Amino acid sequence: MKVRKLMALGLSLVMAASLAACSGSSSGGSSSGGSSGGSSGGSASGSKVVKIGVFEPQSGDNGAGGKQEILGMQYANQEQPTVEIGGETYEVQLEYADNASSNDKAPTAAQTLISNGVSVVLGSYGSGVSIAAGDTFLNAKMPAIGVTCTNPQVTAGCDVYFRICFLDPFQGTVLANYAKKDLGATKAYCLAKQGDDYSGGLCNYFIEAFGKDNCIYEQFPEGTSDYSTYVTNAQNQGCDVFFSPVSTEAAAQIIAKASAQNIGMPILAGDTWDSNVILDAAKGTDVEICVTTFYQEGANANFDEGIKKWINGDSTAKANNGGNDELAAVTAMGYDAYYVALEALKAAGSTEPTKVLEVLPSLKYTGVTGDISFNEVGDANRDSAVVKKCNTETGKWDFVTVAKAE
Amino acid sequence: MSLGQTILPYIISGISVGGQYSLIAIGYTMVYGILRLINFAHGDVFMVAGLMMVYLAAALPLYIAIPLVILFTVLLGFTIERVAYKPLRTAPRMSVMISAIGVSYLLQNLALYITGGLNKNYPAIPWISDSVSIFGMQTTRVTIITPFLTVFLSAVLVWLITHTKLGMAMRAVSKDFETSQLMGIRINNVISATFIIGTFLASVGSMLFFTNYPGVVPTSGGMPGLKAFVAAVFGGIGSIPGAVIGAFIIGICESLIKGLDTILLTRGVIADQVGFATFSDAFTFVLLIIILVFKPTGLFGEKSTDKV
Repeated sequence: MKVRKLMALGLSLVMAASLAACSGSSSGGSSSGGSSGGSSGGSASGSKVVKIGVFEPQSGDNGAGGKQEILGMQYANQEQPTVEIGGETYEVQLEYADNASSNDKAPTAAQTLISNGVSVVLGSYGSGVSIAAGDTFLNAKMPAIGVTCTNPQVTAGCDVYFRICFLDPFQGTVLANYAKKDLGATKAYCLAKQGDDYSGGLCNYFIEAFGKDNCIYEQFPEGTSDYSTYVTNAQNQGCDVFFSPVSTEAAAQIIAKASAQNIGMPILAGDTWDSNVILDAAKGTDVEICVTTFYQEGANANFDEGIKKWINGDSTAKANNGGNDELAAVTAMGYDAYYVALEALKAAGSTEPTKVLEVLPSLKYTGVTGDISFNEVGDANRDSAVVKKCNTETGKWDFVTVAKAE
Repeated sequence: MSLGQTILPYIISGISVGGQYSLIAIGYTMVYGILRLINFAHGDVFMVAGLMMVYLAAALPLYIAIPLVILFTVLLGFTIERVAYKPLRTAPRMSVMISAIGVSYLLQNLALYITGGLNKNYPAIPWISDSVSIFGMQTTRVTIITPFLTVFLSAVLVWLITHTKLGMAMRAVSKDFETSQLMGIRINNVISATFIIGTFLASVGSMLFFTNYPGVVPTSGGMPGLKAFVAAVFGGIGSIPGAVIGAFIIGICESLIKGLDTILLTRGVIADQVGFATFSDAFTFVLLIIILVFKPTGLFGEKSTDKV
């Protein structure tokens, strides 16, 4: 009996100690390491530190995309680890918070970043989590720069949220026009995830632009692995294009089923499908995949070369990029977002979030993905999207065109 | 297209997914029958088997990896039983169930830590993942093999239960725990054997499931595990043929509901989409509620008689 009581006491002490140890280190993803900005408190040399919050999913449906977006920021941080603010040199440290692709966990992750004293937040990949965290940032007057969250609601109700990517109404229209004109489609099958703001919203705008009467719209529930019925539905209804702007996790499964069941129509998707996850899934099959996205490899050779060298030299980075050095557009956007944040800090002349918030609306920056400036709502003034096609033989993206909305 | 041709792809994929659920459901039903414990960790053991295959197949050739995966999964199931359930055998029923939930979260989070949260691609097992054409529709061979393999394994299991000494011991333990011990049955061996058989079936099920749906994430075991549990209750918890039949019914219904809009639209029954596919999961759980309200012991469950 005594041994049992001692054991119980010992176990509870161990638990309490581990809780205390955990609260000491910063919160962050389990495998977010990599760059020079470590997760301990100040830097050893005692120089001034400015913290930039990284609000990204590192697990869950969008974990793969979030990690690729973070890669851009980490590379930029390694390229430019300091910034001049008000005449003094500050070391830039990235603070990570994993929102786990879940709208429930997003506010908590956002709050963690605010409590850790960041000056500006970058993120997120995934409109749902950005919308969910909007109120938290608003209450703390913490400026947030959305990287690839394309749903209009991210900035619409939230004065502190800005974004550097185009919006879904624009993207939906571009995709619908491409489907009608270039693919010659008359009937479309649209698949979104239940409760997901991004895929639901984008499907909405696509259907509006394509024509409500010519679209079949279906949703799959959380936790689905079996997409064969949806592919069959599209085939049975005589559709000409399969539009499913869903997460990369679902995408890999859909491609597998589309190939196995000989889907017989091209697959169209938005920016989430611009990733080597899709390239790997489609390699060797004969499915036709087209995506609209932010960046095409080759647009900026300097950047491409530099970041590929960095990815190949760092094993964690390579693993986070899916095991090879194919660039995802979100990485280029993450890179630009980091520099936009640095510009904002320089212009503000202070690390106070409220000062940064003041200068953001009038900020201008030209990055690898193009010119970035914000309008009154906080959205980027973007008027073109890159359309890419998946080459299933080489396993790379082929550039198709730069599309503008009409 | 005739009605048969329209419905056929849905029935086929329903039978396939039902077969995979049934292999997991058997594990649930066996453990409940003997220990009166709902082993919530079973779905996650299924997911771990999938992950093990991903890592082992990357390092070893497939014909070594497959038996190793089965062996390690069985060891995992055996270890879980010894570590998490055996010490609680005299504790109230709630404690063991909470322990099972704890094991389930432990497995999920371990998988999250090891994989880093990213999707893992399941290796394609050569012969069964080939594309075949059946009744005019394209599908993978594993879809055809699954129901036959499932029925075969269940038949072997039922034979084991009814014609061997171990099976007799299992039936005795599920009737009355304490008295069987008095009659000289080694309880520990029987319980371990139950977990070993259940986990073996789950690992075979995981190979069939992940060959068909090749993405493995730490939460892959959640939904299938839950649906298999519903199937086990629906068919009569404690009864193996019940679990198998319940799983097939649930698989087929789920598939049909997902395709219901298309079926009705192409037959001209309805003019506009209704959006039935959204309710595919809800239907499974409504089925559970209905069976619990009208026939709590399930389709094939036995009514326990109270003797004076």
